[in-house]
Amino acid sequence: MTDAVLMTPVAKLRRPDLSEGRIRRRYAAERRFRLYGMLAIGFAVFMLGFLAITVILQGYSAFWQTRIVLDVNIDPAEIDPQNTRSPESLEQGNYQAVVRNALRTQFPDVTSRADRRELNDFLSNAAGDKIKRMVLANPALVGTTQHVDVLAADEIDMLAKGRIDRAVPEGDRPLKDQQIGWFDKLKQDGRIVSSFNVGFFTTGDSREPEQAGVGGALMGSFLTILTAIVLSLPISVAAAIYLEEFAPKNRITDIIEININNLAAVPSIVFGLLGLAVLLGFFGLPRGAPLVGGMVLSLMTLPTIIIATRAALKAVPPSIREAAYGVGASKQQVVMHHVLPLAMPGIMTGAIIGTARAMGESAAVLMIGMVAFIVDIPKSITDPATVLPVQIYLWADAPERAFVERTSAGIMVMLAFLVLMNAAAVVVRRKFERRW
Amino acid sequence: MALAAQKTQQTADDGTMEPGGTLLTNPNVKPAVAARAGEPAKMVSRQVSVFYGQKQALFNVDLDVPSRQVTALIGPSGCGKSTYLRCLNRMNDVIDNCRVTGDITLDGENIYDPKLDVVMLRARIGMVFQKPNPFPKSIYDNIAYGPRIHGMAHNKAELDDIVQTSLERAGLWNEVKDRLAQPGTGLSGGQQQRLCIARAIAVSPEVILMDEPCSALDPIATARIEELIDELRENYTIIIVTHSMQQAARVSQKTAFFHLGVLVEWGDTEQIFTAPRDERTQGYITGRFG
Amino acid sequence: MLNKPGDHIVKSFDEDLKHLSNVIAEMGGLAEAALTRAVEALVRRNSDLATQVVQDDKRIDALETEVGQMTVRMLALRQPMAQDLREVVAAIKIASDIERIGDYAKNIAKRAIVLSTHAPMKPAASIPRMSQLALQIIKDVLDAYIEKDAEGARAAWRRDEEVDEMYNSLFREMLTYMMEDPRNIGPCTHLLFIAKNIERIGDHATNVAEIVYYLVHGRSLDEERPKGDTTNVSIDD
Repeated sequence: MTDAVLMTPVAKLRRPDLSEGRIRRRYAAERRFRLYGMLAIGFAVFMLGFLAITVILQGYSAFWQTRIVLDVNIDPAEIDPQNTRSPESLEQGNYQAVVRNALRTQFPDVTSRADRRELNDFLSNAAGDKIKRMVLANPALVGTTQHVDVLAADEIDMLAKGRIDRAVPEGDRPLKDQQIGWFDKLKQDGRIVSSFNVGFFTTGDSREPEQAGVGGALMGSFLTILTAIVLSLPISVAAAIYLEEFAPKNRITDIIEININNLAAVPSIVFGLLGLAVLLGFFGLPRGAPLVGGMVLSLMTLPTIIIATRAALKAVPPSIREAAYGVGASKQQVVMHHVLPLAMPGIMTGAIIGTARAMGESAAVLMIGMVAFIVDIPKSITDPATVLPVQIYLWADAPERAFVERTSAGIMVMLAFLVLMNAAAVVVRRKFERRW
Repeated sequence: MALAAQKTQQTADDGTMEPGGTLLTNPNVKPAVAARAGEPAKMVSRQVSVFYGQKQALFNVDLDVPSRQVTALIGPSGCGKSTYLRCLNRMNDVIDNCRVTGDITLDGENIYDPKLDVVMLRARIGMVFQKPNPFPKSIYDNIAYGPRIHGMAHNKAELDDIVQTSLERAGLWNEVKDRLAQPGTGLSGGQQQRLCIARAIAVSPEVILMDEPCSALDPIATARIEELIDELRENYTIIIVTHSMQQAARVSQKTAFFHLGVLVEWGDTEQIFTAPRDERTQGYITGRFG
Repeated sequence: MLNKPGDHIVKSFDEDLKHLSNVIAEMGGLAEAALTRAVEALVRRNSDLATQVVQDDKRIDALETEVGQMTVRMLALRQPMAQDLREVVAAIKIASDIERIGDYAKNIAKRAIVLSTHAPMKPAASIPRMSQLALQIIKDVLDAYIEKDAEGARAAWRRDEEVDEMYNSLFREMLTYMMEDPRNIGPCTHLLFIAKNIERIGDHATNVAEIVYYLVHGRSLDEERPKGDTTNVSIDD
């Protein structure tokens, strides 16, 4: 029997099963598959949206600052007791007292020492700075009365932004009932105003939340990243070109390649420790300086850029190399004239993404002392500085209620920075991309 | 009288009678056609073998490429014809673990001489590839690149002249003269391939190697390239690898048939396509199992 | 259903070529028969048979046209190379030669009709011998074509000499007869033309032999064909 079956060469005619049920099942499977994808994307978008909304809701108010409008009598007795009107003398004046007097004139019935202190708490201790700047710019103002808005203290700011719950018992909230009463009166008089918080972007860190800004950290981040790019981009592109185009393929290059790939996976804290031990300990470079931070971060971005560059070089079609060799170009000419320009968008994208990663890095720079409380904005790469993620970390750690919104605002600034860099990556890729 | 003459003629004929023998079934026998009087061989290969690692891809090839003629290399896929072509301008150097043995000479000069500059060699032996591969640059820069890196022009006017002459020779000038600044990749496939030929011509090579230059083109574009090859034959020695036997028959004067890494037979194209000597050539050309 | 070694990868190409050689073989057979019957009609003085031969020549012409069409189609569609190309080209040429052989046979038959009205001639006796020889050459050459036997073709090619010699002797014999009695001139001229036709048939057969040799070896039988026809010389004498 089996022989007979084997002998018949005519195979049974098989036709595709075109029944409706089968086709329906196929389409159903396809729809399910698409649904899984959409669910995954939906989940990611939801999480991201949730995060963004939380941050924005908490932080948007930090971009506005509450100020108190007062009629300030610039009393010569307080600011220029010697009556010389010299800049040195004006520099010494007690401008805070002038502002305090102006506030007290709003509340003539507040007389006791304790009450007066509570009233003084309405003002930031930098409230007088504005008057001082005005007077130094125009000494003729001394002795006149000026209608100015001065910086309110962080608690007043919080109250104005509705972040202090009036229903909470008096003992559990930072402001007393009578202070809230004074605030309401000032508000009724139209003396509580809100303006865009320029200081947030221009000032350095401060113990007082209303005076704290990301200016110092932004500058620190900028200098650090600049150092990192200047160091890592040429080194890693050169290394990648050599490895990809010129190096012989043998054990040594294999080992180097494996090490580079491993380097990309090393935890950043290890790079920080390395920087601490070698750069600070052995070479004695300044602590907390963007120079050192940049060096450590460049170590971190190096493998990323090398890997991206090699991938970009590999993606250049061999036909272009052959064409160049065919007209008698040398190896170096082939690489410099043809391969590298074509790989440029890939290299730039890799570099920007690597840099963005370094930008968000905190652990490594913590180790080399960029975590210190620094009020001054760094002016060079050797000045002590801090970076944005570390600043966010520091604020998140601070006890004052007002630092919560600053933290979120800091995160928003940093995210904006990263979005900007990634957008730059897209633009650069579009610009350099060529068809072949 | 007449009969006697016939008799002697017949016997003489019997003496020279031989069945159509194969010349190259034994690889140790040098081809009898190697040295043909009056035709100086431009490139001479002797006992050329190519190894990719342990695998031998080409076995003792002896081939003379005559000057200012078109030599076609035909054979089934993987027969070693492209490998051989790439030996001729040392393009195989670029590939790792590729080893070439034997001698290849260009005008009597050994091209595998370690003292010879491979870059200069490739300027003398141009190459056109299977897929049109213009640089992603302007048409002008595509042509001007070779002359620039070889310092062939001393000023812009000279370079313009080279570009125009090369494009004219490639029969592309009239089609592109108004858009030299546009990218070469924007041309049609056939135009791109002629651009690549113009690029090869621009460095004034002596030999042009073509690796299946028409395999990606339509018949009209192919015909243009074939016509171009025929014109270029006046000034250049051309070696073309092709899968199309009709094309080999149309454009070449000499044809070499490769099979399994061995040069089976080579000779005048007319002879190869009307009366090949070897069974394998016959089988391949007529589309039979061999 | 597998291809045998030596077959084309495209099987229908093999079928075409096979069909082509079959048509040639059929033409050859018809031409042979035409010659045989024409000579028979001459010997038996049978004008009906001769008329039949004249009629049948149309079939050979039709076959030649068919070969022409087939070869053109194959050249256009198959683009034959090497051996195949030679086969197709050979088919065209052989068909034309056989067609000419058929025409000569027709010519003999026509003259046989005329001769049947005259008194029998003695020299007519050597015509069948001559035609026998020519027939043998045609047969050998066609066999060589079918078998792709170059040596067979070559041997047949050499034998044409004998036909030529026979023609020469017949020519002299005719001259004698005509000189003997001027009344013989009419029939003798017809016989002479018949002999010349058979001689031409032999030439066409050698043409076919040369084509077969080229078909097999790809080069021509380049030695000069043995010429037995010395009648020109004789006349000059």
